[in-house]
Amino acid sequence: MKAVVLGGTAGMGRAVARRLAERGDEVFLMGRDAGDLARSAADLEARKAKDARVGYAVCDLEKPEGFAAALDEADRALGGFDTVVVTAGMFATQEALEADIELTRRVLTVNYTNTVVFCEHARKRLLERGGGQLTVFSSVAGDRGRKPVALYGSSKAGLSHYLESLDHKFHAKGLSVLCVKPGFVKTGMTAGLKPPPFAGEPDAVAKHVVRAMVARKPLLYTPAIWALVMLVIRWLPRFVMRRIGF
Amino acid sequence: MAEAILSGWGRLALPGVELLGEDLESLSRGTTLSRGMGRSYGDSSLPARGTDRVVSTRLANRLLAFDAQTGVVRAEAGLSLVELNRLFVPRGFFTPVTPGTKFVTLGGMVASDVHGKNHHREGCFGAHVRSLLMRLADDSIVTCSPTELPDLFYATIGGMGLLGHILEVEFTLHRIPSPWIFMESERVRDIDEFLAALGRAAPRWPMTMGWIDCLQRGRSMGRGILMAGRWAEPHEAPKEPPRAAPELTFPVELPNWALNPTTASLFNMAYYWRHTQQRVETIVAPEPFFYPLDAILHWNRAYGPRGFTQYQCVLPRAAGSAAVREFMELLTRLGGASPLCVIKDCGPEGEGLLSFPLEGTSIAVDMAISPDIQRIVDQLNEFVIAAGGRIYLTKDLFTRPEHFRAMEPRLDRFLAAREKWDPQRRLRSAQSVRLFGDRA
Repeated sequence: MKAVVLGGTAGMGRAVARRLAERGDEVFLMGRDAGDLARSAADLEARKAKDARVGYAVCDLEKPEGFAAALDEADRALGGFDTVVVTAGMFATQEALEADIELTRRVLTVNYTNTVVFCEHARKRLLERGGGQLTVFSSVAGDRGRKPVALYGSSKAGLSHYLESLDHKFHAKGLSVLCVKPGFVKTGMTAGLKPPPFAGEPDAVAKHVVRAMVARKPLLYTPAIWALVMLVIRWLPRFVMRRIGF
Repeated sequence: MAEAILSGWGRLALPGVELLGEDLESLSRGTTLSRGMGRSYGDSSLPARGTDRVVSTRLANRLLAFDAQTGVVRAEAGLSLVELNRLFVPRGFFTPVTPGTKFVTLGGMVASDVHGKNHHREGCFGAHVRSLLMRLADDSIVTCSPTELPDLFYATIGGMGLLGHILEVEFTLHRIPSPWIFMESERVRDIDEFLAALGRAAPRWPMTMGWIDCLQRGRSMGRGILMAGRWAEPHEAPKEPPRAAPELTFPVELPNWALNPTTASLFNMAYYWRHTQQRVETIVAPEPFFYPLDAILHWNRAYGPRGFTQYQCVLPRAAGSAAVREFMELLTRLGGASPLCVIKDCGPEGEGLLSFPLEGTSIAVDMAISPDIQRIVDQLNEFVIAAGGRIYLTKDLFTRPEHFRAMEPRLDRFLAAREKWDPQRRLRSAQSVRLFGDRA
């Protein structure tokens, strides 16, 4: 694969990018900070047995005007990419979001509007070449309206909905869309939160995700136990959801 | 960020605030200590007080450069030895020095100046470090090396993280001829024979160590298995690389009484007599050779909720084999019921100001924590001081400050380095409060 990874410098994105590089895939990194990108590119290069440069470009989900240029650069570096992975996103606790309306606007914009805009850019390029693979990290938080992630969850609900439609609409044209819904994973993003039962590790999640990409699956709960957990949560009646703090 | 309970490998747990994230450089600002995978047995990776913020290096784990010609590698301090081995053994490189567990970070390997089975040849890990990027107590960031700020460099090697946060480590990997080990193991009947066998093996083998049944007394005191090895040549090694061992997890915490003199002695008997032949030569995978206990994750649960400590000391060659025999006698007399103890022949002392090994014999023994433990450690320490030896800070939890001072002639130089680089003692651990009198 020739993969662009937006958000590949940290957390689950770092683990996915490493997994792809070690498999022998060509990887192009995108993220907000050029210094951080350079360090992660060096990491991926050192992990590959054979000499291979790993390219990167600055691309910030808060600055949609730069999306096209970053994707152009990836195209040049890779000689046309066939895979796009988006792991970048913003998280903030419900308390922090309720206290700061500007932060709420940013989280909603980054996680929904701008991620969708980025995917639209990527989708068009992939379809022009007859298809490809688009993997986007949404969250289990989008499966049901829940008290502790009311605002963050709503942005991920919108994103999951978009990805599902994308899969329906373009699957026959050769574009396979994978919506990844991680449960709690121990990364820098979740540091400081108390890990619930079944908290996952980024490496295990990356392995799971890459397998689903190769198998061209449309939806992945990871760690796998969350498929079961969310099945139950999705079917809980409203009066139960009102009462519990989940 | 909430207060959490942080624990060392011996299961001592103290409250503290642990920061975790990919960006070690910014996270380490204003924190009192770095910690990696928490494998030091005692209190060296634990905060001095509950409100202290310590930074975890675990997610700062990027390789920054690797030169296949020279083997020089540069990485963030949180890169683990597991990961390093996974990436480089298949490519024909191995860390110049490895401790007995692969669940350590590069930063931890520097801070403890770890030694391994090849100490008599290669010295400690610090001897192979080319440079360190550090955040100091005043929050500045500097590079140090044997030639650049050497005083800071040598106080950091083995300095238990008290001179600054180690952010990046550059060191040299060694080339290996194959991913397999040629091992010779030998059954040894008593302690005198053990010392003689270790002495014979050291010039012949790059890697040596022995497992001793510490429960045997009298004539068979010190009986055990001596293991010596080298990397196998390509023509000796199997064509395939070793398969990854299955990951087993010690499933439950055993009750405190599960590990007692009877069960321990049964275990040792089985261990000794499994080795039915006097001498065996085999080709083995590196993992079980270097890290026999890592095959079982969370094996520290075997000691139950009381936890355990490890006593590791080195007795100088000058004290002679009589001192080792007397030490073993003292150890068996004091009890403590550790299933096995590890004995190792050490080469010359390194340059790290508080590095553990010195030329002589190192003995390490696990001990369950009991009401007697302080008295046992005190008595062992008094013996070690009289013999001119010292203990390993990474394993220690019970040594008294006056004992440490008596066994460490280099302590004043180390404290002078701390005075220079951290006069306010901003960097501290539970161990530095206990041993160096830092304010809690």
